Amino acid sequence: MIIGEGKPIQEILAMIADKKKILVVGCKGCVTVCSAGGQKEVEILSSTIRLAREKEDNPIEIREETLERQCDPEYLEQMRSYIDDYEAVVSLACGAGVQFTAEKYRRIPVYPGINTNFIGVTVEQGVWSERCQACGSCILHKTGGICPIARCSKSLLNGPCGGSSKGKCEIDPDVECGWQLIYDRLRELESLELFEEVVPIKDWSTGRDGGPRRIIREDLKS
Amino acid sequence: MKTLSKLEKILESGKFAVTSECGPPRGVNPDVIRKKAELLRDAVDAINVTDNQTSVVRMSSIASCIILKQMGLEPIMQMVTRDRNRIAIQSDILGAAAHGINNMLCLSGDHQRFGDHQKAKNVYDLDSVQLIQTVRHMRDEGKFLSGEPLDGVPGMFIGAAENPFADPFEIRVPRVSKKISAGVEFIQTQCVYNLEKFEQWMDGIRARGLHKKVYILAGVTPFKSVGMARYMKTKVPGMDVPDELIERLKSVAKEKQADEGIALCIETIERLKKIEGVSGIHIMAIEWEEKVREIAEKSGLLPRPKV
Amino acid sequence: MPCTGKVDVIHMLRAFEAGVDGVYLVGCEEGNCHFLVGNLRARKRVERVKKILSSIGLESERLQMYNLSAGEGTRFVEIAKEMTEKIKNLGPSAIKLKKEKLENPA
Repeated sequence: MIIGEGKPIQEILAMIADKKKILVVGCKGCVTVCSAGGQKEVEILSSTIRLAREKEDNPIEIREETLERQCDPEYLEQMRSYIDDYEAVVSLACGAGVQFTAEKYRRIPVYPGINTNFIGVTVEQGVWSERCQACGSCILHKTGGICPIARCSKSLLNGPCGGSSKGKCEIDPDVECGWQLIYDRLRELESLELFEEVVPIKDWSTGRDGGPRRIIREDLKS
Repeated sequence: MKTLSKLEKILESGKFAVTSECGPPRGVNPDVIRKKAELLRDAVDAINVTDNQTSVVRMSSIASCIILKQMGLEPIMQMVTRDRNRIAIQSDILGAAAHGINNMLCLSGDHQRFGDHQKAKNVYDLDSVQLIQTVRHMRDEGKFLSGEPLDGVPGMFIGAAENPFADPFEIRVPRVSKKISAGVEFIQTQCVYNLEKFEQWMDGIRARGLHKKVYILAGVTPFKSVGMARYMKTKVPGMDVPDELIERLKSVAKEKQADEGIALCIETIERLKKIEGVSGIHIMAIEWEEKVREIAEKSGLLPRPKV
Repeated sequence: MPCTGKVDVIHMLRAFEAGVDGVYLVGCEEGNCHFLVGNLRARKRVERVKKILSSIGLESERLQMYNLSAGEGTRFVEIAKEMTEKIKNLGPSAIKLKKEKLENPA
């Protein structure tokens, strides 16, 4: 899922400093699961904003909503009847949701309430970790199911570099060396011959470097 | 002979090679690198010029190599893939070749976390193995990575680094094999302090006959003090400094530690010279270039052959 | 509340929004939670609310968590006194003052 975390409150307060009536909108998708932008976080953020503004003698009116998803037009449509009553939206969706909300409602500004960090997994309650960088051309079958692009600090396709020490990456003793993980896994799978294959120069055009990406499925299009 | 490289000539003729390195200055003054390089004249066969090592911004390797070339010295241009994509890489290779630079060392480069611009975005369009492939492709196929032909070819003698002391140890020999498949012609190793482990690595290299496919230059770095040895042991990633070396430096008076460090370095070279498959020594005297000649001299590496 | 583990971040924030001067949670002794970790979760939530209060310039001391068993009546009295004293020293909360001003403009 997409992992995010709440922005510092002072940053959000600065965005809405001149607003008196705002809409705080959460998303029930990924950001609910990683406790960054679901209904609970909408309540907490709204309450915090009200307290901060009350304290400054500058009260603010907030409507709290949480949509099924902010990345699908049909759910965004649900705000149509009331959004015009507000001066701004603080969206607790990922960057995609914030943008899609802004695309659909052009009259008022839409501000990000969270920072979108990565595509990752819940390692344990309260701990999330990156796994994929959406390069658009998966090679996990060659690397023991561990992605060198996401897991190696240098995204080396033919690692590890000389900075791998006792299973850790040179940048931080708390960061596992992605290539050590790949090596260990290939050994477990008795597929170490894969390690000696030179991974060819990558076509990054399937990734972000090819410009904003789009997928069109004619079989599904209306 | 595939290139006009002096280093290649020496190695191809079966002579034992000696290289050293120069770090470019943190400024615009070319005299800094000239002074360092002059200290190495006739003491070594070729001089590595680092490329923003430890991610600290310095004068570019390519410009510094040109300065060395103008002095009649033989530079080895280090190139990291951290800061350039394949467009810039190929362009710099052409530029270097046009200036008569004939040696290149292909590296991934230290992560920017170590440097003075930690907020930078790294590139890593290619990794070091793919950089080897790229130079080889340009030189031997006469083509860009795109497949388009290029006018003339860059005559680069192609090198790479390897750290026999990094983990996992078991892949350090296969990794050399991988670099050989990519087209590497010489390897300069990380500083050798743990000779036993290095010998173990060389056993692995010989067992697969890799020493016949690539020239291996063993790296050495003299300690200036026990403080430096401790720093290398604890702070520099992938460095293996055995405790007995630290004890040995500690056992002599502070003002004698530098001499002891030099003595230790010479002993190490003596042992490295005897290892089958070691084709040369790479002396990395960090900000201590004035000692390289002495080390080479006392290790019986002088005079350098004229080729 | 059946357990401090049922107290959520928003409950504490709403109390402050309502204009209270202080909030304290009294949970069972650590290690003695009937639901195993309810009181430990409560403590983490209290810590989060304290951070929120500080981040907007409100005194985090207005919120406290205590642990004691149901049999410790005298300790409870002590805690109540301690908390009352603390809040008195801090004075009324900024939120309460603003609310009063809003309701009774001079």
